[in-house]
Order: sequence, then structure tokens, then C-alpha cells
Amino acid sequence: MARWLARRLLHAVLTVAIAITLAFFLMRLAPGDPLSRLGDERPMPASELAGLRARYGLDQPLLAQYTTFVAAAVGGDFGRSIHYGRPVREIILDRLPASLLLGGGALLLTMLGGALLGALQALRRDSLLDRTAGVVSLAAYATPSFWLGLVLAWLVGIEWRLLPVGGFRDPLLAADASWMLQVADVLRHLALPLLTLTIVSIGAVMRYQRTAMLEALAQPFVAAARARGLSERRIRWRHALRTSLFPIVTLLGLWLPVLAAGSVFVESVFAWPGLGSLAAEAVGTRDYPLLMGVTLLVAVLVVLGGLLADIAYAALDPRVRPA
Amino acid sequence: MSSLLEVRDLRVSFPDRATGAVQPVDGVSFELARGETLALVGESGCGKSLSALALLRLIPPPGRIESGSAVVLDGTDVLALEDKALRKVRGRRVAMIFQDPMTSLNPVFTVGDQITEVVHAHFKVPKQEARDRALKLLNEVGIPDAATRLDAYPHQLSGGMRQRVMIAIALAGEPELLIADEPTTALDVTVQAQILELLDQLRATHGMSMLLITHDLGIVAGRADRVAVMYAGQIVEQASTAALFAKPSHPYTQGLFASVPRLTGPVGHLMPIPGTVPPPSAWPSGCRFRTRCPIVHARSAEMPPMLQVGPDHSMRCWLAEDQQ
Amino acid sequence: MNVSAPSLLRRAMGVANGRAGAVALLAIALFALAAPLALPDPAIQFDIVDGALLPPSVMHPFGTDHLSRDVLSRVANGARISLAVAVIAVALSITLGAVVGLVAGFFGGAVDTILMRAVDGAMAIPRLFLLLLLVAAWDRLPLAALILVIGATGWLGTSRLVRAEVLRLREVEFIRSAQALGAGARRVMFRHLLPNTLGPLSVAAMLGVGDVILLEAGLSFLGLGVRPPTPSWGGMILDGKDVLQAAPWVSLFPGLAIVATVLAINLFGEALRRAADSGSP
Repeated sequence: MARWLARRLLHAVLTVAIAITLAFFLMRLAPGDPLSRLGDERPMPASELAGLRARYGLDQPLLAQYTTFVAAAVGGDFGRSIHYGRPVREIILDRLPASLLLGGGALLLTMLGGALLGALQALRRDSLLDRTAGVVSLAAYATPSFWLGLVLAWLVGIEWRLLPVGGFRDPLLAADASWMLQVADVLRHLALPLLTLTIVSIGAVMRYQRTAMLEALAQPFVAAARARGLSERRIRWRHALRTSLFPIVTLLGLWLPVLAAGSVFVESVFAWPGLGSLAAEAVGTRDYPLLMGVTLLVAVLVVLGGLLADIAYAALDPRVRPA
Repeated sequence: MSSLLEVRDLRVSFPDRATGAVQPVDGVSFELARGETLALVGESGCGKSLSALALLRLIPPPGRIESGSAVVLDGTDVLALEDKALRKVRGRRVAMIFQDPMTSLNPVFTVGDQITEVVHAHFKVPKQEARDRALKLLNEVGIPDAATRLDAYPHQLSGGMRQRVMIAIALAGEPELLIADEPTTALDVTVQAQILELLDQLRATHGMSMLLITHDLGIVAGRADRVAVMYAGQIVEQASTAALFAKPSHPYTQGLFASVPRLTGPVGHLMPIPGTVPPPSAWPSGCRFRTRCPIVHARSAEMPPMLQVGPDHSMRCWLAEDQQ
Repeated sequence: MNVSAPSLLRRAMGVANGRAGAVALLAIALFALAAPLALPDPAIQFDIVDGALLPPSVMHPFGTDHLSRDVLSRVANGARISLAVAVIAVALSITLGAVVGLVAGFFGGAVDTILMRAVDGAMAIPRLFLLLLLVAAWDRLPLAALILVIGATGWLGTSRLVRAEVLRLREVEFIRSAQALGAGARRVMFRHLLPNTLGPLSVAAMLGVGDVILLEAGLSFLGLGVRPPTPSWGGMILDGKDVLQAAPWVSLFPGLAIVATVLAINLFGEALRRAADSGSP
């Protein structure tokens, strides 16, 4: 077991290393260097530009830049944000909690909701519920997250004035307001972005689970369980559903890239102060260190998610457990 | 000996795109007395497994049991039971073991869990008692080191042991009738004899009746009290084992015997039955064996009923008429 | 069973969903191609003074936008752009993915390991972020470059898919017999293996088009994709963002167009996948 784990960890580290290298060289693919556009935004004397270059180490040969970068990145140092002037690491840490809240919540809702709805579809195969849910899930998947966010913001926030449409909290709420009021405030702001992100993600999970459940129900051991006089309910939930959940666990780990991409749009639309909106901002301001930092963090999270999913799968499915 | 199970005119139909519907089980009738073993013999596709499934109403949709069929277990009409009552029959009065123990056991639950699950489903006993019973059963079916094996997963056991586990699960309900559908087909030859021996012992110890379904005539001798030979959805010959082996009467049965190699006796030629078993949609009208029969009776265009050939020995063939 | 393209199509059309999807797609394609001929030029600003942000009416079924342009004709023209970008980009992705997958699966060993490790690493970065990195590096991407970049980031999944198919097929009899008859690597790969991966490939292609439409719309919404004045659905949604309360139709209709198109693609793609699954050797 330890050997298997060690091998998976090694694979994970290697993957991250390749990701870092890829990201670095992709960004340097363009002619000129990251600072060459800076002069377009606001006029600056050549000497200042040169000074900045030296400061960011951009006057070094590319390979040297790469090694310096990797060495620093491993230690968590991504340099300074060009736009904010503060260390990238600080900015990321500031914005991380909001993303975890939104992303984590969406992950939970998507997986739970998707698993239950998909299983229900399978149990009532070919019924009206099944067919409607099938089309609805495809439609949800086809919906652009940013558009859905706008529509929801308009309907719920503006027309019906039920929920706030932007930001993390009410700026007018007193800083010393009770803990419960503060939490409620954040939750109210979380509602719409969470709903948006969940809706566009849940469709795929539903379809996936439906198939997994149908397969589980068709297994011979289900018929054998029936022959033993076990109740349908027990057969469905304990035998069929349990077996169909394993692929979902793997999905959990693989869903991170989807959520990360979705959150870029959803956070931007709702001005949710997370990493997604940070990335969108950074592209707009051509803030390369910041963009790199966010991208690499996402890559690490994706790899970590995959690793955790593998471990969870092994923990749950006795067949896969390495001896 | 009173009759434990009475099956009359069992008919199972499946919808068929070409012909509307087919009846892979077409008018099967037999009786099973208490404590006796009946072997249902036939090649694959003859409908024997479906007949067994029908006894517990396990026919997978879109198949269905046709009205006019009767399955009576010790006076209870199984086909008319409500779901709850049916569950009290399944596993409790009638237990079934299947051909492939690997796919019939849930891979993610331990062996012990799967046995105790059945115990809890049919008896109100505390958890520890259920576990004790499971342990006893594992010992009874001959699993070495049973205490440890209770917590093993199916994939950790060999094929023979998995089949023993299946038998243990079947016994957990203390059934009156055990249906064994090709219990040894998926096993190594060396293990087959052991399992059959085990089934025999258990049947005697627990006073169960057994319906043994197989395509292998070899395992029937010495293990079954009576034999019913099936072909194309029908029983074509029924007799006590001794009578059948002494005088196989239906041309199909004779063909089966002729195609089985013998270890003793004169060395002759192996004679396979010419042709192949037709699918339900292509069954000939009248006697279904006539396209492959070496004799082909004059009346074979007409479906023969079961006719007596001797005491407790009948066959579905017009030749019986000639002999009377 | 037959895995040729026409038989796959026939089987996909046999399913209700497949038919619905195909019909819808045809309608959308027709709309994209023919409408610009029937509708006014999207660049025409009808009434610069009073014509901005008019609600839907008989003359402007989808209303007008903030520059007094007819939204319906903009949506139709946007369809052309979005569909063209998606189809070309996916064609590129599929080709790259198929080649890499074939090579990795067929040659195995070190080649396979290196290629797949590289793919693993690249897949750790979500496609959107890869695109953000590239767009940030270059300024003002012309349309052709945008298509290239989108296509170049989309082949990773396909290569894994093709590789898996190749690994599976390698063990199947007819491949072995082809090799026994002396067929060279290239011949085996392209003449024998590739046609049998057509099923999963076409499904991946279809679904890929849907994904790219969403991706390109997203980029355009962030101001990073198709640049105005070229009409694109994402860009139109962006335009409508600031006037959401006063004129929701500016953002609403392009979004609905996206949903309808991607839904149709996925309906047909699913039917195609089911057809491909049932026919593989």
C-alpha cells in the first residue's frame, strides 16, 4: 500500500512539474517579454522600464529565468504583482477563502444533487421524469455560466429584489454586527453565484450517475439479491447505489478543472472576490506574475484532487485496494 | 412422500420483433417431492434456467409468465402472491444458487455481510447471533479458517470457495427447496465433484428438496432421484434416474447419451446430434425435435403429448404410442 | 457490426434525441447561412438617435442594441462566426489528438510514457487557464490566431481517448493478422486502427464543437476572444451586461442561441455515442 501511494505521489509531483514548465514557456511564447506592453498602458521612460526588467529578472537568459522561477515557486514565492505591487502569494491567500467557499459549496451540491437525481432517473427509467430530466440536464450543460449568472442576477436580484447581485458582503453592514448576521449576509451573497455554478455543473453529473446506476441495477448480483428475498428498497440503495457511487468519487477529484474554469466566469459576473475573478483581472491588466501564481495554484489543486480521488476510490472499493 | 412443488403448464413469453412473441418455456410440468432431487437436463437454450427463474418470479422484464401457468409450493400459489408474501418465499422457503459465483456476489461487501444480510431479512435475530449463524454455515460448507473468511471479500476467494459461499447464503434462509442452476459449470473439474458432494450432503442433513439444473448428464447419475430432459422449451422425457439411464427412450435423450464419452464399457464412436438447437423463433411446428431426429415418426407434424413409456417414465414422442 | 460513417449516422438518427438534435442543428446552420442574406446588415445602425435599445417588435424581432443595431441579424451573423471558429478549432484538435493517440498507443514503451506524462501535465491546467495564459502573452489576437490557439489546447483529451482505443484494438485479431502479413507501422496505424477509432472520434468531435462554442463565448465575454466589431455571441452578451435592467433582450437572445445550439449538438452527439458504442468490435 505504501509503495502504491509513493508511486502516485511521485506521479503527482511530476505532473505538477510538467505543468509549471508548460505554463512558464507558454507565457514566454510571445515575442518580447511580459513587460513590453507596459509601455503601451502608461508612458514610461526607457530607464524605468529597464529598471523594472532587472527587478523582475527579465534581463536574464530564459533558462536562468526558468530555474529561478521554479526554485521560487516551490517555496511558494511567485514574485510581485505588477498591478498591485504586493507579493502574489499574499493576494492569492486573500482571495482563496472566497473561492473555496464558492467552489467547495458548488462541488458538494453538484455531486450530491447529481448523484441523487441521476439515481432517481435510473430507477424510473424511460418515465416522464427520466426523459424530462434528461433534456433539462443537457440544457443545463449547454448553458454558458456567465449568461446564466447574468439572467439570474437580473431576475432574482434586480427584478424581484430577492438577493444581492454582487460582492461578498454588504458594505453597509456594521463591522461589529453579530456573528450570525455576518454569516447570513455572506450566505445571501453566496446564493446566486453558488446556484449558477451548480446548475451548469450538475447536468453532467446527473447523466453520469444515471448510466452508472443503470449498470449497477443490471448486475447479476442484483438479481441474486432479489432471489434471496431482500426488499427492493434495500437492493436499490444498498446494493445498486453503493456500487454506482464509486465512479462519482473519482468524478469528485476530476471535477476541479471544470469548477475552476466555471468560477472564472461566475466570480467575474457576481464580483465574487475569489481566484477566478482574480485570474480574469490579471489577464486584463497583463499581470503575468499574478496570472502564473493563480494558474499554478489551480494546477496543484487539480492534481491534488485527482490524487485524493484515487485514494478515496481505493479506500471504498475493496477490489481496487492494493494488497 | 408428499409433493413439495407442483409446476403445471409453465409458460414464459418474451416479446420478439420478428414474430411478436416467443415462448422459451412452453408448457413445462413437473412435480418435486419432499427430500428428492430432480435434475432438469438440457442443452443451453432449452429453457431450463428460465423455468427455474420463473419458479421465484425472477423472469427479467420484458419477459413474463403467461396466465394458465401454475407454480404451487406446498399448497401456496406462488404466482398469485403479493410482493411482501413473495419475499417470504424467496430465500426463505426456496433458495437459488447461480452458475457464476463471481458475478452473483456483490463485490464490495464481505462474505459475512452477505450471509448475515439474508439472515436478518428472514429472521429477527440480534447481530451477534446472525454472525454466529454465518460462521456456522461457512464451516458447514467446508470453508477452512471460516472465522477469518467472514470478513473476506469475494474477489479474495477462489472459484470453488465462492460457490461454497453462495451455498452458505442459500442455506441461511433454511429453505425447503434449493434450486441449483448449473452450480458447477463455472468451476474446475476437480472442484466440481466436491461441490456436488457437498450439495448432496447438505440436502440430506437439512431435509431439503433440490432442483438441479444442468447440461451435463454425467453429474446426474447417482445424484438425482429423477430426471426431466428438456428440449426447445418443453420437457421431452421424464423418469427416475435409474429408468432413464437404463432405457433412454426419447430420440433426443438417446442422442444425448450417445454423445457423452464413457469411461467404462465398450469403446464406440461418439455420435453428436446432427444440426444445432434452433432458437425459439425458428422452432418447427409439431414435434420440435423432428428436424434433427434420426427416426422422424409419421405423426411428427403433430405435437406429441407426454406419453407413458413405463411406470413413472414418460416421453413426448409418438414412438411411445407404437410401443403400447 | 458496421462502424462506417454512414451507418453510424443512420443509427444515430434512429433515436428520437438524435433526430431532434440533427433537425435543430440543420435549422441553426440554415439560419446562420441564409439569414444574413434576408436580414439587414448587422452593422446598420437603424436610427442612431432614437433607435437604441428598442424592445422586440415586428420590425426587430429581437430588439436593438445600444448602437441601434438589429439584434436578430447580429445573432445570425454571430452564429456564423461562433460555428466557424468551433468547427475549425475542433478539426485541428481532433487531428492532433488522433495522431498523438495513435502514435502513443501503437508504439508504446518510452514513446507512450513520455507523451502521456506530458499530456497529464498539460491537463493539470484547465483549458481555460491555458487560453488565458496564451491570450495574456499575446495582445490583440486576430481571429485566425484565436482559432489556432483554441484548437491547440483541445487535443489532450482526444489523444487519451484514441490511445485507449488503440490499446484495446491492438489485441484484436485483425490487427495481429495485418501485422503478421507484414504491414508496416504507418499502414497498420492509418489503414486499420484509425478507421476503427472513428466512432469515439466523431463523438468527441461533436461534443468538442459544443465545448468550444461555450469556451469562445466565455472568452469573448471577458473581452479576450473575438474582438468587436465582429459579431460574436459572447461579445453580444458582454454588450448587454450594462443595460441588463433596461434592455435585457440584448444579452438574453445571444445566450438563448448558445443554449439552443449546444443543446442540439449534445443531443445529436449523445445519439452518435450510443450508436458508436453498440457497434464496436
